[in-house]
Amino acid sequence: MLKGKQSWVFENRPVIAAAGVSGGPFEANGNLAEDFDVLHDDLWMGEDSYEKAHRVLLEEAGQTALNKANIQKEDVQFYIAGDLINQITPSSLSARTIQIPYFGIFGACSTSMEGLALASFIVNYRGADYVLTGASSHNAAVEKQFRYPTEYGGQKPPTAQWTVTGAGAALVTSKPSGQNLPFTTSATIGKVIDMGLTDPFNMGGAMAPAAADTITAHFKDMQLDPSHYDLIVTGDLGRIGQETAYELLTNNGLKIDRERFKDCGLMIYKDDQPVQSGGSGAGCSAAVLYGHLLNQLKQGTYRRILVVATGALLSPLTFQQSESIPCIAHAVSIEMT
Amino acid sequence: MSKKANKTPEQQQYEQLEQKHELKRPVMKNCIRAFWVGGLICVVGQAITYFYIYRFDFTEQTAGNPTVATMIFLSMLLTGFGVYDRLGQFAGAGSAVPVTGFGNAVISAAIEHRTEGFVLGVGGNMFKLAGAVILFGVFSAFVVALIKTLLIMWGVI
Repeated sequence: MLKGKQSWVFENRPVIAAAGVSGGPFEANGNLAEDFDVLHDDLWMGEDSYEKAHRVLLEEAGQTALNKANIQKEDVQFYIAGDLINQITPSSLSARTIQIPYFGIFGACSTSMEGLALASFIVNYRGADYVLTGASSHNAAVEKQFRYPTEYGGQKPPTAQWTVTGAGAALVTSKPSGQNLPFTTSATIGKVIDMGLTDPFNMGGAMAPAAADTITAHFKDMQLDPSHYDLIVTGDLGRIGQETAYELLTNNGLKIDRERFKDCGLMIYKDDQPVQSGGSGAGCSAAVLYGHLLNQLKQGTYRRILVVATGALLSPLTFQQSESIPCIAHAVSIEMT
Repeated sequence: MSKKANKTPEQQQYEQLEQKHELKRPVMKNCIRAFWVGGLICVVGQAITYFYIYRFDFTEQTAGNPTVATMIFLSMLLTGFGVYDRLGQFAGAGSAVPVTGFGNAVISAAIEHRTEGFVLGVGGNMFKLAGAVILFGVFSAFVVALIKTLLIMWGVI
C-alpha cells in the first residue's frame, strides 16, 4: 500500500525465509567473516576470469539461501538481481544458471534494497509465493571497469573506498515454514539526487545527500520518529559520507542517536585493513544485511532496523564527459516479532 | 572554473558542508615518501648502469637502454607478483614517475585484459593507460625538436 509520497507499507508481512552470503579473501580477513556462508581464499574462485568469479559469488549466495530454506528452485517464481558490471552480466548469467524467471535491475550499490523492496512488494500482493533477490560485486571485476587495472600502482586518496567481493541473496516469501523469521514492513524508494560532486574517488561524499533525502522521506511518509528503529544502517557511505549524511539529517530536524546510525561499508572490514574510507559496492550492503544484520535480528540484538542502500549512478563514460555523479538511495525496514 | 559557476546555490552549499568531513590527502607525508622511494628507485637504476659499464662493454652514453630495459623487467616482476600496486599506494608519485611506473601502467593493463584474449584483450588494452603518455610524449618531443631545428637554422643557437 502506498503511504505518503514514495513509500510502501507491506501489511501482509513478507518474510525473509532464508539468506545466503558469499565473499572473497579480503572479506574472510574482515570483521564479519563468521557471518558469511561461503568464503573463498582466492579472487578467481576457480574460474578463468574475474567476471565469471563474480557470477559464481551470486550463484552461491542464491543457492545457499534456497538450501537453507529447503526450497527447490522450481518453486521460486521470480529472481531479482543486479550488480555493477556493464549490462549486469554476472546477474543475468546467474539467472541463466538458476532458470528462475528473472528481473535484472540496476541501482548501482543500492541494488540490494531495490531488489528487496520489489521482492517484498510482489510477495505482499501475492504476485509470487517465493522471490529470490540478490546483489553482488567483485573487487577486481568492478575496479577493472570503473577505475584502473588491479595491479596498477596508482595512489588512492583517503576518500576512496574498497569494492567488496561478495554477494548476498534472500528468499522472500508469503509462506514461511518456521517461526521467528525477519519480515519486511515498509520500503521507501528514493529519487536521484545530484549535488554536483564529480570526484569518483569520493563516492561517499556524493551519495550522502541521496541517503539523507530517502531517510527523511521515509520518516515523513511513515510518520515515525527515528527512535522507532534500533538501527538505521546505510549501505556504503563510508567514513566521509556517513558523517556528512548524519549532519544533513540533523539539519533536516531528524534526531538520530549517533550510536544507532551505522554503515555497512564501515562494519565489514577491520580497522587495520587498507580500505581508505570503507567498503563499497553492490555486494557490500547485500552481504552485511543478509549475513550479519539478519543474524543480529535473529539473536535479538535488534528488533527493528532500517536499511538504506545508496548507489552512485555514474559510469566511466559520464565521468569522462564531465557529468557530475547522480546518486540514489532506497530504504527497507525489517523487523522481528 | 566554469564548472563551479554552473552549480546551483544548494550544490555549492552542500559542497562546503561535505568539505568539512572530507579526509584530505596528506600532501607533506606523500611528498616525503615519494622523494625517498623515487630516489631509491633511481639509486637502483644508477647501480644497474654502473654494472653495465663496468661488467660489460657499455659507456655512460650507451648504458641507458639496457638499464631502462632491466628496470622495466624488474617492474614487470613486481607488478606480476602484486607488489607494485602496494608500493604505489605507499609512494604515490615516487613509484609512478620513474620508468618503472610507466612499465607498471603497461604491464598491469596487459595482465588485466588477458582474460579477453591476446589480440583484443592484451593487444587492444595494453596501452590503455600508457598510450596517452606515448602520444603526448612523442608529440611534445617533436615540437621541441622542431623549435630547436628552426633556432639552429636561423642561427640563434
